[in-house]
Amino acid sequence: MIHNPSENLAQNREPETDSENNWRQYFSFSTDHKVIGVQYMVTTFIFFLIGGLLAMLIRAELITPASNVVDRPLYNGLFTLHGTIMIFLWIIPFNAGISNYLVPLMIGARDMAFPLLNAISFWMIPPSGLLLISSFFLPNGTAQSGWWSYPPISLQIPPGQPINGEFIWIVSIVLIGISSIMGAVNFVTTIFWMRAPGMTFFRMPVFVWSVLSAQLLQLINLPSLTAALILLLFDLSFGTQFFKPLENGDPIIYQHLFWFYSHPAVYIMALPAFGIFAEVLPAFSRNPLFGYRSLAVASLGIAFVSIFVWVHHMFTSATPSWMRMLFMVTSMLVSVPTGVKAFGWTATIWRSKLHLETPMLFAMGGAAMFLLGGVTGVMLAAVPFDIHVHNTYFIVGHFHYIVFNTITMAIFAAIYFWFPKITGRMYAEGWGKLHFWLTFIGANLTFFPMLPLGLQGMVRRISSYDPRYQGWNIVASLGGFLLGVSILPFIANMVGSCLYGQKASDNPWFATGLEWTTTSPPPRDNFAEIPVVKRPPYDYGDPKYSVIEPPDYHQQEH
Amino acid sequence: MPRFLEYLLIAGYIAVLLVVSHWIGQCAYNWMPVEATAEAQKVDSLFSFLTSIGSFIILGLVGMMVYSVLFFRAPKNDYSEGHPSRGDIKLEILWTATPTLLVLWIAFQGFNIYQQLNILGLGQIVHLHTPLELEAPAYASEEQPKPAAETIDVFVKQWDWSFRYPNNVTSKELHLPVNLRTRLNLHAKEVLHSFYVPEFRLQQYIVPGREIELVVTPTRIGQYKLKDALFSGTYFALMEANVHIESPQQYSQWLSQAQSESASMENQAVAEYMQPPRTMLKSNWYTVVPEQSAIARSATPKTNANERKVMNDT
Repeated sequence: MIHNPSENLAQNREPETDSENNWRQYFSFSTDHKVIGVQYMVTTFIFFLIGGLLAMLIRAELITPASNVVDRPLYNGLFTLHGTIMIFLWIIPFNAGISNYLVPLMIGARDMAFPLLNAISFWMIPPSGLLLISSFFLPNGTAQSGWWSYPPISLQIPPGQPINGEFIWIVSIVLIGISSIMGAVNFVTTIFWMRAPGMTFFRMPVFVWSVLSAQLLQLINLPSLTAALILLLFDLSFGTQFFKPLENGDPIIYQHLFWFYSHPAVYIMALPAFGIFAEVLPAFSRNPLFGYRSLAVASLGIAFVSIFVWVHHMFTSATPSWMRMLFMVTSMLVSVPTGVKAFGWTATIWRSKLHLETPMLFAMGGAAMFLLGGVTGVMLAAVPFDIHVHNTYFIVGHFHYIVFNTITMAIFAAIYFWFPKITGRMYAEGWGKLHFWLTFIGANLTFFPMLPLGLQGMVRRISSYDPRYQGWNIVASLGGFLLGVSILPFIANMVGSCLYGQKASDNPWFATGLEWTTTSPPPRDNFAEIPVVKRPPYDYGDPKYSVIEPPDYHQQEH
Repeated sequence: MPRFLEYLLIAGYIAVLLVVSHWIGQCAYNWMPVEATAEAQKVDSLFSFLTSIGSFIILGLVGMMVYSVLFFRAPKNDYSEGHPSRGDIKLEILWTATPTLLVLWIAFQGFNIYQQLNILGLGQIVHLHTPLELEAPAYASEEQPKPAAETIDVFVKQWDWSFRYPNNVTSKELHLPVNLRTRLNLHAKEVLHSFYVPEFRLQQYIVPGREIELVVTPTRIGQYKLKDALFSGTYFALMEANVHIESPQQYSQWLSQAQSESASMENQAVAEYMQPPRTMLKSNWYTVVPEQSAIARSATPKTNANERKVMNDT
């Protein structure tokens, strides 16, 4: 069923401003999904830089076995906030930003379904983030119990201090969660009801499929985290005993509630990244996306299976055998739809005409490193092996291969790929390539050493360690600093190209997809005329469609 | 290129991949710490198996990507199509079915090895009873605790391990007789901890208020480190204790010796709380004060009627 109620639903938007490129709009309560998208992306990038600085302090501490850079409470605060910021203030909201920008363009809508709600979702992020970071300046500092905030450790707070780091942490995460739920309602509604005529589900780009899957997960699973955090807040501040083990509470219930969201959260982060690969790889290999339907359906498959795997984070926490075995099998099954995706990407590249511009480098690098992240993930699902490496650096390595080496690489691919569309200017290719190589080398130097360290039994979250682990830690720390440096050419490139870059054409990559049929940057209402879609996506193989025609071409066609 | 030559090349590539990934799987044994329990061998063979399969997949796909980068480059400004193939239903079924079977095989191997951990005398993993069950129902009594030669109580608190032996000797070191089944009764005082000896390949969370049992059979004489694997607060990194695996004679000799000596060992967390190390950045944020107490006091067994019994034999 194809509706086009975008004209009706998107009524409550402000009138068009006279100047489309007015930079002040980015500081305003704009309801334009494109402005909101950019607001999300720039804001979260600032949080990414803060999270990265915290990571570099952590790596500075770990370059020597002794505790000599930061004292232990500060170290605990650093890794807690590093994890929290990177997950809740970088990847998840960045994905919301890029999806905000692209989804209406890709499905041929004029805006999101609820533009005002969209703006509110974004404007909850900066105050929540600032609140979280401000907790560093409390007399007793920020939350120190890790981004899991497992009770009862998270309930050990300075006596007589109702406003403490943990309290602030819970409040900010609940607020960010509310923002995410509002965003999810908006995305799901938009994708279901705002598609252009002819944009059937199986004509949607895989990116839209993956956003839909990720946002459905937000709707289903996020309430569980919110509930857990509110109960934790009651325990912390109002004397309840939900999770206090010595007062008949059960800390293990918290773990179930927490991971019921926080495992799918990995897919909420990863699915849009997979979607980005599915857009970038075909464009730069000039091939249709191989097995489009199976890749589209695999997104939903990943989302569905990932709801039933959370206990693999708890194999060692007093979990009975039957539960261990059941969740071992479900966890491993995630690798089937994920494998379908990886095979599809590789087959798309095979026998192609590769153009190795920066977005393609990031996409191929990210896809290749995802293989190591995925394979170590299957290993971790195997209970006997997990019992050995649980809570060691093997987990940290695996996790960062997913969240940095795959997802953040995909984010960079997306930024470079859609930069001409968003800004109307080209980025500097040489700087982009430099950024890629520094990132690729830095990321592997940082995160690969964590795998052997974990196998050897180095426990995560320790601020000092046995000297026999030092070798790999030095490599990881130097890699971490290189990763920090790698961001400098990126910033220079983005700022410089925004201001002085060469003017971009509407479709500099000769890519398919509706977003490339409008101007760069797109006008306030996205399209001069709502396009009518009459062909499958990724038409790279068909000479007839290799060059994008204006929308009216398709109306004449039949 | 003739078709059959291409198939030949692919077959050759797969053969090379098989050999190389098998070799990497064998190398994987060296990436692990020494094996100090019989279970460790099983875990290592599972890891080697997983590494072989993983290497095959990674090298296979990365090989195809690298080959593409080398040989499928487009001439500059050539934006014509690569090939018009949109899919191949047979191939897609093949690469969905193969990982499914592979995953079921891996899960079966995992299950199998998990069962073997049992066969080696390490029983049911968890029996969880609700806290309200003061009188054990009939089914629970069927589950006899596995016989063990020794029983040692393990007490853990922020940030200190201590152990109580059968003759009521308490120590800060864990001594285990080699090749004898030893039951460890794990008790946590205030927060969650995790019992972890990398050379044993086992890890178990310890939950305050729950009685968790772990049965181990060490097989290799030597000295190891017990670590707390679950973050437990400020001085978490100091949560280590020495583990000695000795011959039964040495073990009983140590037991009688320890009985005559007063076991006093400095608690590292207390020492560091008293005199913090010099660090470049100091926050002086709040920390729970580590408690310097006589071992005997911390080692008082719990008599909590609501304590949940969790037997955990890995």
